[in-house]
Amino acid sequence: MEIKPIIEVENLCAQFDDSTVLKDICFTAFPNEISVILGSSGSGKTTVMKHLIGLYSIQQGRVRVMDFRLNDLDEKGFHRFSLQMGVLFQNGALLNSLCIGENVAIPLEQHTNLPKAMIEDLVRTKLSLVELGHAARLFPAQLSGGMRKRAALARAIALDPPILFCDEPSAGLDPVTLAGLDELFLKLRKQLGITIILITHEVSSIFRLADRIVFLENGVVAYEGNLEAALRCGIPSVELFFKKARGRGEA
Amino acid sequence: MGTSETAGALNFTIEHRSVFFSGKLTLDQVDRQGKYILKELRKFPRDSLTINLDKLEGIDSSGVAFLEHIRRELSPKRIDVHIETGREDIRNVLKTFTIPEAVMPLSHEPLGFFERIGENVYHFFKSNFREYVFLMADIFVWTFTDIFEKKQHRKGEFVNQAVLIGVNAIPIVGLISFLIGLVLALQSAAQLRQFGANIFIVDLVVIAMTREMGPLLTAIMIAGRSGSAIASEVATMKVTEEVDALKTMALNPVRFIVIPKMHASICTLPFLTILANLFGIVGGMVIARFYLDIAFPVFFSRMVTVLFLKDLATGIFKSLIFSGIIVQTGAFYGFRVTGGAEGVGRFTTSAVVTSIFLVILADSIIGLMFY
Repeated sequence: MEIKPIIEVENLCAQFDDSTVLKDICFTAFPNEISVILGSSGSGKTTVMKHLIGLYSIQQGRVRVMDFRLNDLDEKGFHRFSLQMGVLFQNGALLNSLCIGENVAIPLEQHTNLPKAMIEDLVRTKLSLVELGHAARLFPAQLSGGMRKRAALARAIALDPPILFCDEPSAGLDPVTLAGLDELFLKLRKQLGITIILITHEVSSIFRLADRIVFLENGVVAYEGNLEAALRCGIPSVELFFKKARGRGEA
Repeated sequence: MGTSETAGALNFTIEHRSVFFSGKLTLDQVDRQGKYILKELRKFPRDSLTINLDKLEGIDSSGVAFLEHIRRELSPKRIDVHIETGREDIRNVLKTFTIPEAVMPLSHEPLGFFERIGENVYHFFKSNFREYVFLMADIFVWTFTDIFEKKQHRKGEFVNQAVLIGVNAIPIVGLISFLIGLVLALQSAAQLRQFGANIFIVDLVVIAMTREMGPLLTAIMIAGRSGSAIASEVATMKVTEEVDALKTMALNPVRFIVIPKMHASICTLPFLTILANLFGIVGGMVIARFYLDIAFPVFFSRMVTVLFLKDLATGIFKSLIFSGIIVQTGAFYGFRVTGGAEGVGRFTTSAVVTSIFLVILADSIIGLMFY
């Protein structure tokens, strides 16, 4: 039986002021897979992700995520769509006036009627999954960049969303914590069947996690497919990326 | 006993000492049926309950938390809850989302009313007051010494700050002063007319504006406008580590950031105050002319009679003190910022409130001194 893609992007274009950021982007992502969006800085990765999570309205092209057609999503539709996804932003985007525990509790308090004790249990669980069990009472300003990222991830998975978008989760993490985080992504995918869309430059994470790769270059998709094929695809920019990234990893 | 059968919905059946869950033990199901299931399980008459998960279609972290919740809710009834499953996938999820032990509450307990007062007073004297005085001393010394230090004068910085603090404030200061002079005269005119003391409107407006309203109004507006800008600028520099960068370049952040603003403020605020006096008096003059029939030349001649140099000098002296307070308070809060972007907003608000309070306090003290 053919598996229906969970994300379908067709001819997505985006232009801000006079600069064209995305040109005819087409790719698909499948359920229960980890898709990695790659590319050099400024290639349009975050812009693609912001289109996928509905923060940017679609100027041209079509985007479907799960059963939601983002082109014609009204306010109620966007609310339902938001409940189905978790998003880890590039800078964490934690609410600075709330402590970490409260940040993680927000989606649970606002969108469920679970008893307080259960919400607290869930917050502890999610924080301990990202190894921040000890930091629940700290405020974002008291955390390091890496800790903020992990706390934001705990908030993103608070509702066990079927699809998780992560914008550079590895930035600012040491190799041991990074490996632990990758392990968590794999667990989430295996045990809960979560689909993960990941933007990362970390080559070790790409090799550990990626089921599928979308390589962007100057706002266009230069390559889409699995990792093994990407390494031998013959596209100079893709091969150069892996060569340099591997070289840096080995160094 | 059990819930109704629908696709994917969480169901349970109780048999002897066991409860069998089927369907999905996920967030939406727990949210929808959790309370009902718990209510039914509370009626369980035995001292031991085994929850069997073998028939589950799926379980997530909320499901695991719900099982823990059941265990906790039934323990006061002395019912031992055991989880049973032969399925590895479910065992893995249970293991992944094991609820950690609650070591401390997740959020901060708010302090009581008196505790808060005590803490604030203690904090004020231990930290705020002391550091404010130290910063004041630094700024006071460097404001004078840096006039003669050529290296401290970055090209164009003084003019730039003078434009930001002083020149750009002229329209708003002028307009507000004019309106205040107008209202002051209007409110007094009705009373003075009853006693036939129309001419004293000149004394009232001129003295009130030059001694009190002019300097005070200007200072309050500059505290709101430039005080907040100074606080947020310094606070942002602190948050983005620019202040640390200056230190590592062997530059004193107070001298580099604050002193040019202090020079600009000291030079422009007295002129703004004179401008505010003028506009306020013009406002009063308009009311005197059209409400009390006091012609402009009469107003002028009376003004020359009642206005002494001491009145003007008091106002100018006040404006110098106020300019120091505004820049110093803005910088003080800016350098003390904590808590990232959110802290910048919080400390800027505190800077403005404190500036206005200190300006009014200083005004009262100077008023008593030069009465």
